[in-house]
Amino acid sequence: MLFSAGGVVSAMLMPIHVLLFGLAFPLGWVDAPSYEHLLALVRHPLTRVYLFILCSLALFHWAHRFRFTLYDGLQIKHLNELINTFCYGGATLGTAVAAYLLWRIP
Amino acid sequence: MNNPTEYLPRSYHTRVSTYWWLARWASVKFILREASSVFVAWIVVVTLLQIRALTRGPADYAELQNSLRSPLLLTLNAVSLAFVIFHAVTWFNLAPKAMVIRLRGKRLSSLAIAAPNYVAWVVISAAIAWILLRG
Repeated sequence: MLFSAGGVVSAMLMPIHVLLFGLAFPLGWVDAPSYEHLLALVRHPLTRVYLFILCSLALFHWAHRFRFTLYDGLQIKHLNELINTFCYGGATLGTAVAAYLLWRIP
Repeated sequence: MNNPTEYLPRSYHTRVSTYWWLARWASVKFILREASSVFVAWIVVVTLLQIRALTRGPADYAELQNSLRSPLLLTLNAVSLAFVIFHAVTWFNLAPKAMVIRLRGKRLSSLAIAAPNYVAWVVISAAIAWILLRG
């Protein structure tokens, strides 16, 4: 379930995020938002919740999908304890980092 | 012979090569689709780095923006964008297969289920762009 929620969230939200922050702002296609505007946005509790959900669900989507890609793609199912720890552990760790960072915005 | 079943193989598993998927374009596409999840995770990392930089102050944020302009990161993010869009398109196109909705006895066409996803995608993207750009 986390996998499909993550898939929907990543599909809907990531493209515009990457387009803007990854290409449009660095390349100057549009004026990048000022530091103050971004900070004000990110301070808002709704933004924090939005970012947390985006990051967490996307990470669990990756974890689940990558686990099976490693199993089926690289045929290394015998390493499943290692793979599971890496994937789901990584997603949990990332979620914790996201929560910490979002909590600590001044 | 004490126990003949000791010497019989239990079941036969063919050894599958690690590169089995390269044999057909269809399986290459499949692996590429699944690999898009790696780029999704990368974007989460970039987003978290941005949040951290915002928290630390304008100098840190400016520094991160500069590194985002480096050719390496620009290329990586451009590739990520391609993969993230690929993920979205393949995901929305799968929705009709996952959701079978019947209206008055007839199954809704694939387009009727996939299209609203695309519309929502455009609307949501526009909303996010507006929120970010109006400052």
